[in-house]
Amino acid sequence: MSEFIRTENISFAYEDTSGGIHPAIKNVSISIERGSFVAVLGHNGSGKSTLAKLFNMILTPTDGKLYVDGELVSTPEGADDDTIFGVRRKIGMVHQNPDNQIVSSVVEEDVAFGPENLGVEPSEIRARVDDALKTVGMSEYAQHSPSRLSGGQKQRVAIAGIIAMRPDCIIFDESTAMLDPSGRHDVMETVKKLNRESEITIIHITHDMSEAVMADRVIVLNEGEVFLDGTPSEVFSEVELLRSVRLDVPQTTSLLHSLLPYGFTSPAGLFDAESCAGHLANEINRIKGLREGTA
Amino acid sequence: MKDITLGQYFPGDSVIHKLDPRAKLLCVVLYIVMIFVASSVSGVLLALGVTLFLIIISGIPLKIILRGMKPILFIVIFTTLLNLFLTSGETLLLELGFIHIYLEGVCSSVLIVVRIMLLVAGSGLFMTYTTTPIALSDGLESLLAPLKKIKLPVHEFSMMLTIALRFIPTIMEETEKIMNAQKARGADFSTGSLVSRAKALIPVLIPLFVSAFRRADELAVAMECRCYRGDNGRTRMKVLKYGTSDIIFLIGGVLLVVGMILLNTFLPIYSLR
Amino acid sequence: MSEIKLENICYVYGAGTPYEIHALKDVNMTFENGKITGLIGHTGSGKSTLVELLNGILKPTSGRVLLDGRDIWEEPKKIRDIRFRVGVVMQYPEYQLFEETVRADISFGPKNMGLSSDEIADRVMESAEFVGLDESLLDKSPFELSGGQKRRAAIAGVIAMRPEVLVLDEPAAGLDPLGRESILSKICEYNRRSGVTVIIVSHNMEDMAVFCDKIAVMSNGENVMYGDRDEIFSRRDELLAVDLGVPLITDVAYELSRLGVPVPDNIYTVERAKESILAILDGKDGMAGGGTE
Repeated sequence: MSEFIRTENISFAYEDTSGGIHPAIKNVSISIERGSFVAVLGHNGSGKSTLAKLFNMILTPTDGKLYVDGELVSTPEGADDDTIFGVRRKIGMVHQNPDNQIVSSVVEEDVAFGPENLGVEPSEIRARVDDALKTVGMSEYAQHSPSRLSGGQKQRVAIAGIIAMRPDCIIFDESTAMLDPSGRHDVMETVKKLNRESEITIIHITHDMSEAVMADRVIVLNEGEVFLDGTPSEVFSEVELLRSVRLDVPQTTSLLHSLLPYGFTSPAGLFDAESCAGHLANEINRIKGLREGTA
Repeated sequence: MKDITLGQYFPGDSVIHKLDPRAKLLCVVLYIVMIFVASSVSGVLLALGVTLFLIIISGIPLKIILRGMKPILFIVIFTTLLNLFLTSGETLLLELGFIHIYLEGVCSSVLIVVRIMLLVAGSGLFMTYTTTPIALSDGLESLLAPLKKIKLPVHEFSMMLTIALRFIPTIMEETEKIMNAQKARGADFSTGSLVSRAKALIPVLIPLFVSAFRRADELAVAMECRCYRGDNGRTRMKVLKYGTSDIIFLIGGVLLVVGMILLNTFLPIYSLR
Repeated sequence: MSEIKLENICYVYGAGTPYEIHALKDVNMTFENGKITGLIGHTGSGKSTLVELLNGILKPTSGRVLLDGRDIWEEPKKIRDIRFRVGVVMQYPEYQLFEETVRADISFGPKNMGLSSDEIADRVMESAEFVGLDESLLDKSPFELSGGQKRRAAIAGVIAMRPEVLVLDEPAAGLDPLGRESILSKICEYNRRSGVTVIIVSHNMEDMAVFCDKIAVMSNGENVMYGDRDEIFSRRDELLAVDLGVPLITDVAYELSRLGVPVPDNIYTVERAKESILAILDGKDGMAGGGTE
């Protein structure tokens, strides 16, 4: 795999109305592989959304460099419009509030909005729109008004609007936070599918642990800095560290962790109920056997 | 209320539904000219015939069109009375104290009322009933495109219209939610004097504005993320194209206007002054 | 303090039009006095309609809503008084903040009740304390607060009316794990201290499992399950049948029992799962682990 996004000591600070400076991202250097599925975790205010907005140049870093697709695109001096335009066509973004990112009152017209901005040929736009709606499973709603759709459906329309631009990477900025469980499930299935089948690089910003375990890499941000970085198994084995930064772990991990003092082992990566239960059953037998042996 | 984005759009696939929105807008202009020219009984009869014909081929039930006239009921009654009482003429029909009603008054009020009703029915038929607002906004942008040359923000205007249409139902829903939330805290919107009722709306309006600004902000960012940079290099998925029926309707419209002028000049049965 | 009871409630949207929707169909249920009831159901199950019926925002198409045995629509003109007694916190309540200061915003409800300014001041302090809102924040503009603080301020605005029944629609939606846990435990604490009947609407099973005494499940406009949380969470199959998940830990327990480990069927918190497993190790049947909460 090759590198798609790289930041070098990137920083960003907000200025409030009274002139105070609030650092949101401090000296972050990370590299995101092409085709990977990265979850970015952090509590509210940890800087995770700011980092996302630096990636697609909605914000300009106050310090450091951003490389996209091998090219230096952003420095504190800013960038020209064509560079920004080029980055945004490669890195799409789905936002948190499903309502506030849909432009048109007809679903298919909204999906067409991105490719229209890119100046794509009309017949090609048509093909892309149909294709994108099919990918997210919303073809039958092409003529509908978005206001009648559920949150999860709106969010899938928003995703279709991004994939019709044929990006290399999509950032999901807490895109599941406002959805109900079934909406969340549908969106996450779509995300996984895009990553697996279309090989789109996914950066999923969330504070939901069960979504983070679907990724192949988890980056935990805290106070604007990278706090943990690794596979879900590696990151979620740091139960105490995660709790110290106001995050939680999946209930399965939490249970295994709480049993450690009683002689249980807690191998990493047992996130789903089945593998967790399988392991526990074996451990119960093993420990019982040990106890009977000593008795 | 949530369907307001579709306005009174009545789904169908008649010839009129399928016309190019630009052609429809031009047809409306021709239609309005035709109605204005029709100042005689013969002219109004022709206009009435044309309108009925259009209604029949559009497949929209007459009932729906009549219902659409409710909002202008007041204007219709007002104009009728005005013309009835204020037009003087030669044939006095009724005299009640200071009220004098002449035959001329009756005729002119009937003519004017029929024309107003036709105007509403016909333009509604081309625009609101058979065209989605989004298609209208596209048609308008395309028709007004020449004005871009003199730096008029035609694209921006049409974009604003599109976004407004998109967000009307959202904001309506939100208004209802906020009203319910404030009602839950004892706000009272339905009793009291006009002033106190207006005051009661403050707890609704402020959150509504705050939220509208937040939405606008987020939407602007979302649009930027989708590479929006105005009209610059932008293409459209749906390219508007004039078809045979568009041309037939436009030629028909022009012919009707000409016919109406001739009819009024040479065959005026009863003409308004 | 008070019990709220629904009797044969039906609610129809757009009655007589082609878009007629039967949102609630003959719902009978009681929210018990002083308890925290979790109202669960997926989107479109009718739970939001139900909330709006509880404080008379909507009027039932048929049936009665009884507050301490009296129909809330007995005197339609006095429905506003019912809203002071049944406090409802809507979804994302921070969007309804409007006053110049947090203090003034929390006072909005009590002011509408016509209370004296001393009384209002007392209640503002009391409710801010209940939700864990620092006094120093009271004179700030609500728009300067963080997301979690705004949420607390909005909840305080309803608590300040000292309702007998407090209804919260998704009070923790959109907050991070710590924010969720903290706001829900504040609500729980408020219930324990004041004895107010609390109804929490949510679709987060893991939260409900921790904080509610009773669980009511809505599906397709009907109340399909109601009972103690122990009982409800032991009916895993039924919950799955109405498209609701169960906490992950309940699934673990279910898998364990399939593997022949004798865990009880009412496990819905990590703590309880741990106790049961340890009990099994000690040679008990695991049931001893339950019921210690």
